[in-house]
Amino acid sequence: MPAPPPATTGGGAPLLLETHAMSTPAPSPVVEMSGITIEFPGVRALDGVGLRLFPGEVHALMGENGAGKSTLIKALTGVYRYDAGTVTVDGVPQRFGTPAEAQGAGISTVYQEVNLCPNLTVTENIVLGREPRRRGSIDRRASRERARRVLGELHLDLDPGSVLGRHPIAVQQLVAIARAVDTDAKVLVLDEPTSSLDAGEVAELFRVVRALRDRGVAVLFVSHFLDQVYEISDRMTVLRNGRLVAEHRTAELSRLQLVQEMIGRELSTLEHLDREPSADTPTDAVPRLRARRLGRTGAIAPTDLDVHAGRVTGLAGLLGSGRTELTRLLFGADRATSGSLEVDGRPVRLRTPRAAIAEGIAFCSEDRKGEGVVGDLTVRDNVLLALQARRGWLRRIPRKQGDELVAKYMQALDVRPADPDALIRNLSGGNQQKVLLARWLLTEPRLLLLDEPTRGIDIGAKAQIQALVSQLAAEGMSVVFVSAELEEVLRISDRITVLRDHRAVADVPGSTATLDSVVDLIASGGDRA
Amino acid sequence: MTVTDTAPAPAPQRPGRSAGRSAYAWLRRTDTGSSTFSVLVTAVLLVVLFGAGTVRYENFGYPQVALNLLVDNAHLIVLAVGMTFVILTGGIDLSSGAVVALSTVVAASLLEKGWAAPLVIALVLAIGTLLGWAMGAAVHHLQLQPFIVTLAGMFLARGLCFVISEPSIPIRDDLFTGLAQNVVELPGNTYLTYAVVIALVVVAVAAFVLHRTRFGRTVYAIGGNEQSAGLMGLAVGRTKVAVYAISGFCSALGGLLFSLYILSGWSLHAIGMELDAIAAVVIGGTLLTGGSGLVLGSLLGVLVLGTIQSLISFDGGLSSWWTKITIGLLLLVFVVVQRVTTRRRR
Repeated sequence: MPAPPPATTGGGAPLLLETHAMSTPAPSPVVEMSGITIEFPGVRALDGVGLRLFPGEVHALMGENGAGKSTLIKALTGVYRYDAGTVTVDGVPQRFGTPAEAQGAGISTVYQEVNLCPNLTVTENIVLGREPRRRGSIDRRASRERARRVLGELHLDLDPGSVLGRHPIAVQQLVAIARAVDTDAKVLVLDEPTSSLDAGEVAELFRVVRALRDRGVAVLFVSHFLDQVYEISDRMTVLRNGRLVAEHRTAELSRLQLVQEMIGRELSTLEHLDREPSADTPTDAVPRLRARRLGRTGAIAPTDLDVHAGRVTGLAGLLGSGRTELTRLLFGADRATSGSLEVDGRPVRLRTPRAAIAEGIAFCSEDRKGEGVVGDLTVRDNVLLALQARRGWLRRIPRKQGDELVAKYMQALDVRPADPDALIRNLSGGNQQKVLLARWLLTEPRLLLLDEPTRGIDIGAKAQIQALVSQLAAEGMSVVFVSAELEEVLRISDRITVLRDHRAVADVPGSTATLDSVVDLIASGGDRA
Repeated sequence: MTVTDTAPAPAPQRPGRSAGRSAYAWLRRTDTGSSTFSVLVTAVLLVVLFGAGTVRYENFGYPQVALNLLVDNAHLIVLAVGMTFVILTGGIDLSSGAVVALSTVVAASLLEKGWAAPLVIALVLAIGTLLGWAMGAAVHHLQLQPFIVTLAGMFLARGLCFVISEPSIPIRDDLFTGLAQNVVELPGNTYLTYAVVIALVVVAVAAFVLHRTRFGRTVYAIGGNEQSAGLMGLAVGRTKVAVYAISGFCSALGGLLFSLYILSGWSLHAIGMELDAIAAVVIGGTLLTGGSGLVLGSLLGVLVLGTIQSLISFDGGLSSWWTKITIGLLLLVFVVVQRVTTRRRR
């Protein structure tokens, strides 16, 4: 691997053009997307992005959450229409309206959640919709033979007559690939195929992927696991915030550089908070929350975590590193399969969010729309929701008292528009986030779990929320702060737990951590720490 | 691709296994196996119930008693077949009982007016199919709940019956009475009605369609995972609309068979018959969530319901409402068993 370039490269203009020119390979691409732009109401999800897929290559599509990876895939596979740009397949311009059209042109997709029918047999899942027929009737023997032949080509030892749902997810994923092979796909898109597989299953998947690559199939591979990307891919395209950052040959790009390209650096210009991370050892001996070997199979490996009163604990890591999973365990939203939790030195079992709320824990979900705001209620109702739930339905909050509380917090958090009767779905993301914060602050939690509280909101609102978190900690609240933006975690946290591949790899004091040291931890997995 | 069109080669045998064990392994492994297993359970239940009747009551063992299960329930068999298609996609059709009533009323009133019987039959079948098609279109295109759409269809059809005629209309048409009264003689001094023959043909055709056509496999795929079926490029919309049309057709045909059985058209016929059909489908081993079940199971389910009814009428001392209570309990047991087995599978 080439030596990593100086960490300070590029103030915004990366070297992508050079890289592009250098790595132009001899064969022509089977798929070439260029200038793809997709606008959703109010957001430009993709802005002039290009992608080239070459036959016989595994191409990794890299980027943090919201970078536009899945949007780009959906543009390629006919799920989304694009507003500008071109897609050519074998040099012929194409515009797919449906997934079926893309499949017809030889582009098959295997989604993260296996999109097959668990109630049917392996054979049927492979040939469904294209069953061989004889005299108007499905020829079962020919179907089985065809399935057997495809499975044989992929060296999969699988009973074609068995029901798909009885196989583990990994095998189902391989069957999905077999179905793609049966359609003679030229391009195979694998969207997060390994997220629920163990190491052995990943090895099996990669064996199949390599076999396909050697047959000249172009494979587009999306994964958050850096190790896997480096193991399987020949080339990668990095996206950030809906823009193309660079295309590289995998061998020519160090992990450090990749992580830097994915995370970007534009936020380092944001002004620093007036907050000095506290000294390492907290004053009180008993932490407010202590997790020991807390874990959940398939989500997060057993992890130790201490959260002290008046301190902010940051969770840093790429998407899929287990940040959200760990937070959900702390709130009882998912049940831990191992380990123990103590609140103020007292062992507790958080089986439900209700139990966590009773312990004074509050949780702002990263999924603002799905798990946070109730879109058809007013700002006032959304703010009062958790407090009312805590009081129980029989003790209604008096109208006047409610109004006062809402007004106080709306003013404190600078919610705009300052109208408690506005429907919350009409507010911007940042203001919705503030309303959610207000909701939990009303319940006076002693531990606040914030999962991506600043995602998708503008810089100004971000700074306000960060300032608020600092202030709350200064007043004695404990905060767990999760963010994909490392700068933010660094700026705000007293201690930082670094996660990677569903595992805590390091626990560093906020006072000494730097962006480079944390990026290094994420890239190396703590081996060099 | 080379397909060898030779005589069927014997299935590959795994040596060192008894036939029983390999049959059991096959059942556990294959989809048709797991559906077959549910159907086997229903078949065993049917035999046990019937055996109990034979032991308990004199005359219950006469062959004609068994054949009467078919004779008395031919219309319900056809209804259950249509319902099986809908339930396999994960839907439900609450309108079928009302469509049966509508069919009897339309047939009886048109025959009374002197219309030719074949024309009446064609019209009734067309009305049922069209109503089903419309409900399917609403379910698919407007993305409405099948429960609500078919509930609306049920009220519509039932209401139309009253618009056409409130009092019961007798059927005196020669073709209808002829079909109703003539029987297919079987050896041993037993018989079947033509309605039974039609119902069994419907079962056979449905089994072929479900298992040997792409349409049928799409029905199962939709029941397994509708979104996946769409992403696999299957004609989800067309198929969903079609299963409701099929159910509508079967309801209308069931209505015609019912009018042969009862030789009248009345707006209050067949109240709750759709629920009997659903019960038969569920007892026959089809999952209400869709994707698993055999049409043969639905046939056996109808026969189980019929046997319970016969048992209670043979007893004489029991109120006929015990039929409902027994069916209710049976249904509950079957749904619980299904829940337990599917939970283990997923």
